[in-house]
Amino acid sequence: MSANLKTKPALPSADKRWKIVDATMRRHGYRSDSLIEVLHTVQEAFGYLDEVAMKFVAGSLRIPPSKVYGVASFYQFFTLRPPGRRTCVVCMGTACYIKGAANLLAAVAEHYNVKPGETTADGELSLITARCFGSCGLAPAAVIDGNVAGKLNVADMLERIKEGAQNDAA
Amino acid sequence: MTLLEDLQHITEEEEEKDSKFKYHINICVAAGCLSSQSDVIKKTLQDEVNKCGLAEVCKVKGVGCMGPCSGGPVVALAESGVLYEHVKVEDCAEIVKSLEGKPVERLVQSTDTPFFKRQVKIVLENCGKIDPESITDYIAAGGYRALTHALAEMTPVEVVEEVKKSGLRGRGGAGYPTGLKWSTVAKAQSSGRKFVVCNADEGDPGAFMDRSVLESDPHRVLEGMAIAGYAVAADMGYVYVRAEYPLAIKRLKTAIKQAEQQGVLGNDICGTNFSFHVEIRLGAGAFVCGEETALLASIEGNRGQPRPRPPFPAIKGLWDRPTLINNVETFGNIAPIIRNGGEWFAGIGTEKSKGTKVFALAGKVQNTGLIEVPMGVTLREIVFDIGGGIPDGRSYKAVQTGGPSGGCIPAEHLDLPVDYESLARVGSIMGSGGMIVMDDTSNMVDVAKFFMEFCMTESCGKCVPCRVGTAQMYDLLTKMTEKRATPRDLALLEELCEVVKNTSLCGLGQTAPNPVLSTLEYFRHEYYEAITGGIPAGPAVEAVS
Ligand SMILES: Cc1cc2nc3c(=O)[nH]c(=O)nc-3n(C[C@H](O)[C@H](O)[C@H](O)COP(=O)(O)O)c2cc1C
Ligand code: SF4
Ligand code: FES
Ligand code: FES
Repeated sequence: MSANLKTKPALPSADKRWKIVDATMRRHGYRSDSLIEVLHTVQEAFGYLDEVAMKFVAGSLRIPPSKVYGVASFYQFFTLRPPGRRTCVVCMGTACYIKGAANLLAAVAEHYNVKPGETTADGELSLITARCFGSCGLAPAAVIDGNVAGKLNVADMLERIKEGAQNDAA
Repeated sequence: MTLLEDLQHITEEEEEKDSKFKYHINICVAAGCLSSQSDVIKKTLQDEVNKCGLAEVCKVKGVGCMGPCSGGPVVALAESGVLYEHVKVEDCAEIVKSLEGKPVERLVQSTDTPFFKRQVKIVLENCGKIDPESITDYIAAGGYRALTHALAEMTPVEVVEEVKKSGLRGRGGAGYPTGLKWSTVAKAQSSGRKFVVCNADEGDPGAFMDRSVLESDPHRVLEGMAIAGYAVAADMGYVYVRAEYPLAIKRLKTAIKQAEQQGVLGNDICGTNFSFHVEIRLGAGAFVCGEETALLASIEGNRGQPRPRPPFPAIKGLWDRPTLINNVETFGNIAPIIRNGGEWFAGIGTEKSKGTKVFALAGKVQNTGLIEVPMGVTLREIVFDIGGGIPDGRSYKAVQTGGPSGGCIPAEHLDLPVDYESLARVGSIMGSGGMIVMDDTSNMVDVAKFFMEFCMTESCGKCVPCRVGTAQMYDLLTKMTEKRATPRDLALLEELCEVVKNTSLCGLGQTAPNPVLSTLEYFRHEYYEAITGGIPAGPAVEAVS
């Protein structure tokens, strides 16, 4: 254990969120198999995984940074780039697809000039696709800034995104 | 006091408390209804009850999914059996005021319909009745009796025998006999520990059965896992849940904590020397992690890539120890089987498919939602009686089961009984329970392309046939939907289906061609129409391959 303590890297900065990350690792006894749990904590705290975070986690769990990167990039849930200020997640699960989700996605992509999976150049909106929120009864569904919206059509969808932006500005 | 007496005591106390209430208003707080703000409705109802001075006689309770999810927010009056749908904040006062008199007519959804009458609930028996965040509610509904009974009255071998007798088969898709799997793990030699893993990765995009069970009745899954742990001599269980299901994760965490406090999980359960702990592990958005060997790799903190089997996880699983992996719904059937006996369960369903199956009914169907039906009902009953048929005056085209590993079943097979063998015979699979209805506006080549894109994106890339083959098939299907394809392309597509199916390492690749194969079988003309230069004569196309 003492060797462990000696090699454990210092927190990257005074940012309190690193303490949360460290607490998760401590709870798992700094075991290497807790990697995915720890990456979840980092993403929850910071919104995405950057190089500093991945190096810190690698050092703390004593696994090669290449493995941390390998795992982080394998799983779609982890994002390695900061998300936009606002997010629009369009469900592309089967039930939503059958009810026209592809049109919703295309409309938002065109209106905001952003490709699915990317963020607008001004960092305002991230357009994301997902597979089934479990709200298939409300298909087609989307999650706009964290709120589920169902039975959408293109006009509703664009309106909802616009509303969110206005609330933000207010 | 023994644990069993303790549970009895809790039940009596709860019943006594409950008997003081003349009215119970249940409101669904599972994900479907929450997305139409049922939490706000719950609070408003409670406020109204307080305002009317009814707090002493009327209990407002959040419950799990009641089934008719597209009607959310859904409210039920337990005493009168009245069901309200699409309840708005403005309706709450009226609902409370009318408790004594006539129900609010405009909100009433009749329960005297096939949607409710045709269902048989075993896994969902508590869904929509108990508060998913209360262990007392679960105990009062008979919960944890199967575990205490197994520990006190049965040997592990007897538990396995009971599950074998029930004929239960895995609900994760493949339908492997559960009792047989348990017995393999029980007999597996191990110098150290064994593990029980619950597969709650629910990858089929368009299916939410497991999620609803976890959100509506999480203790049922824990009880099933603990009984499994006793049967196979494991002392540790993991639930591998998709990170996309935050509510299920939260309720599961609460349930684990409560179960530990109650002493139904933890060390020396029930005064025996059987100990069982459960931890949650989060998935991270990789469909392939639903495959059991990939799932185990993921729990160990690695990239979730499948490995060849054998060795099967039952012999060499988590950290190379014997590991029992079952699906959420499979575990959800265990407590009732132990409570009522394997024979009771075997009396429901068909000869080779016993019990019930939960389906998430969605797509172009009148009543979308969560249903549980006995094995052997026909697709027609599900789509037209329970589902209420196709909306907007359109006609039925196909129902898709089994998600990206399954197929599309056309009208000519609507009278097929739903069981593992029948579905496989017509080129689909039972799958985990996603059931998507399509009407005549859906183009089947487009549907095949949709699933192929899914498989291509989700291929883990470990083996060439799947990695390259799914991408090539996707390109061909794209050419077809854009009407740029030639007869050669169709021949190539069929060839690729065979190669990918026969040479891929894991189930993802092996089943990826299924949606193409089944649509080719039943809707071949749509592929012909997708070929440039109109519709070539059938034989000419055949001749190319
Ligand atoms: C690509 C792929 C994805 C799978 N996804 C799931 C899943 O989401 N949930 C599940 O329970 N089983 C899934 N399975 C099946 C599991 O590998 C395994 O058979 C199952 O969890 C065993 O449990 P059961 O016997 O109770 O069905 C998947 C299999 C494959 C090949
Ligand atoms: S078949 Fe596909 S998903 Fe399975 S191991 Fe091979 S590449 Fe990975
Ligand atoms: S398919 Fe979109 S919510 Fe299920
Ligand atoms: S989610 Fe409320 S009834 Fe299904």
